[in-house]
Amino acid sequence: MATETLSIGKALNAGLRRALENDPKVVLMGEDIGKLGGVFRITDGLQKDFGDQRVIDTPLAESGIIGTAVGLAIRGFRPVCEIQFDGFVYPAYDQIVSQVAKMHYRSQGKVRIPMVIRIPFGGGIGAVEHHSESPEAYFAHTAGLKVVSCASPQDAYSMIQQAVASDDPIVFLEPKRRYWEKGPVELDAPLAEAYPLHSARVVRPGTDATVLAYGPMVRTCLDAATAAAEDGRELEVVDLRTLSPLDLSAAYESVRRTGRCVVVHEAPGNLGLGSEIAARITEECFYSLESPVLRVTGFDVPYPAARVEEEYLPDLDRVLDAVDRTFGW
Amino acid sequence: MAKGDPGVTTRGRRAAPRAKRTAAAGDPELVQLLTPTGERVERAFGPDGTEYRVDFTDEEYRGLYRDLVLVRKLDAEATALQRQGELGLWASLLGQEAAQVGSGRALRGQDMAFPTYREHGVLYCRGIDPIMPLGLFRGVDQGGWDPNEFKFNMYTIVIGAQTLHATGYAMGVAMEGRTGGDDGEAVIAYFGDGATSQGDVNESFVWASVFNAPLVFFCQNNQYAISEPLERQTRVPLYRRAGGFGFPGVRVDGNDVLASYAVTRHALDSARHGQGPSLIEAYTYRMGAHTTSDDPTRYRIASEVEAWQAKDPIARMKAFLEKQQIADAGFFTEVDEQARTESVHLRERVLAMPDPEPVTMFDHVYPNGSPELDEQRARFSRYLESFEGSAH
Repeated sequence: MATETLSIGKALNAGLRRALENDPKVVLMGEDIGKLGGVFRITDGLQKDFGDQRVIDTPLAESGIIGTAVGLAIRGFRPVCEIQFDGFVYPAYDQIVSQVAKMHYRSQGKVRIPMVIRIPFGGGIGAVEHHSESPEAYFAHTAGLKVVSCASPQDAYSMIQQAVASDDPIVFLEPKRRYWEKGPVELDAPLAEAYPLHSARVVRPGTDATVLAYGPMVRTCLDAATAAAEDGRELEVVDLRTLSPLDLSAAYESVRRTGRCVVVHEAPGNLGLGSEIAARITEECFYSLESPVLRVTGFDVPYPAARVEEEYLPDLDRVLDAVDRTFGW
Repeated sequence: MAKGDPGVTTRGRRAAPRAKRTAAAGDPELVQLLTPTGERVERAFGPDGTEYRVDFTDEEYRGLYRDLVLVRKLDAEATALQRQGELGLWASLLGQEAAQVGSGRALRGQDMAFPTYREHGVLYCRGIDPIMPLGLFRGVDQGGWDPNEFKFNMYTIVIGAQTLHATGYAMGVAMEGRTGGDDGEAVIAYFGDGATSQGDVNESFVWASVFNAPLVFFCQNNQYAISEPLERQTRVPLYRRAGGFGFPGVRVDGNDVLASYAVTRHALDSARHGQGPSLIEAYTYRMGAHTTSDDPTRYRIASEVEAWQAKDPIARMKAFLEKQQIADAGFFTEVDEQARTESVHLRERVLAMPDPEPVTMFDHVYPNGSPELDEQRARFSRYLESFEGSAH
């Protein structure tokens, strides 16, 4: 079996290539995804190999990208739309929320919109405003959409293929600051044997506290767990992977053992995913909890200027601080 | 244009724009093949010199008249059903029958239509059971038919959103190589004058243009977006906007079923042969309210409505059929009788529409389902069953 070391960005590229090879109805659409290969080069070389009818440079209008993709889906295509940056998805918000999400429901199951909306999300790259946001809660709040995020090259490779193959409309959040992180990827593994798309996964076992994260924060939490281990505290880290629907079965099982839980995300805390997760864990694991579920999140401010983003973003120390607080409750 | 110019115009005659234009017989901007008094115009020309004419048999003329009458009657029945509390809302097409029947009959079997929420007449011409949209307005469903089965998309309530869907669909047609001959497929996107201010409509103009999509944009300019008159949406005639996007635009008398047919058929055939999109502005008037929740007396005057009453699409067709002796009194009686029968039938079936079971609200949220929703449904079902004597 061919195992290669790839970055998350290259793994996404390889996964999209496989998806284009496997199904002639798959089309990629977005701004600058053709010759340029996308601003992050995720689609690098794909237009050259599959042509400009399969890898389509679109006019510069996000609602147009998603709206025309709806029509292509009704026609029987499987559009994979790239939104260039998280902060640019809002012009398409109406089409995503009112059309993409509801078409199957309104048609009583007669219309499927097997669309993937890829969004590089999150901060940490020193960007100007509108390039560092975490809009997952808006989409996870919307019935009819599924929302996933990958955190490793292997998941990037298999999850993007699973998302393209799924008949559900899926918002696929890519941890942009981790695009260049490398790891092993089994390129030839059959997709059917890949870890299920809508399942969370324990990525580091531990016994003392449970830490839940997704996307770019998984790496942060794994680093925090390494640091905690040096202090003799074993953190169990769960990569949630699927944000809508949530799969909290692994989290429940973990929290029942550890009695302590910290949820971590970059997005602002107020009404963020962490709020929902904390509520559910409290409901399911009430008698096992030694302390309330704590959240480590971005602050309730607009994403700040790049020179202070390191203070805005949850980091290893803030995660460990929260873990400490669960022990001192 | 001097008032009283003859009705037929030819290309390039008049370039000077005027401050204010009105649609009237003889307006060089308006393609018209049947005047408000029922006089046939042999041929008419679009702004790019395209010649429009129709060559119907008597049978076909009578068929169009029948469509107009039936569509108006069914629409009136739906309005009555709303007034009696049987529908939550109704968006009447009163006054726009010719634009809808003309364009709807111009569609070929393989063509695809993307309606707003008012295209009951187009729906009827597609051979679709008029009961289908009434579920949406009664509130027993959300209009759930299969667009590909009927070549007619579901109604779209969000203004202009469907124009992008139509554009993407048309791009797909072209990508599949289904254009370029008489059997090619074309797509039509319906929207109103208000929608032309929407970003989605303008984006769809850009997309359709640069991808050369086989698409006809069919704008029914009924002069009002709820209460706001056309002047609040545009300072140029809507059809001229097409030029800025790089495709042809034409204004047709939307109360003239023959011209609406001719213009739409030409645009569709052009699209199916791979010649790209075009815009039709069907100049018409919404004789009724925006919907049954609206009160047009607050924003328009009676004399304006009366002036349009004189251009009624059905009266002019009837006058034409009578003058040309294409139909006799027996025919008109028979059509009225058919309209009455069909509307009674429609009413009976609306009243028989059952309310859905509450638990069905959980159906079809996702093609692949969701464990979270399964759990919510189960919990809600148990809750319903917990009531004494529950039928659930």
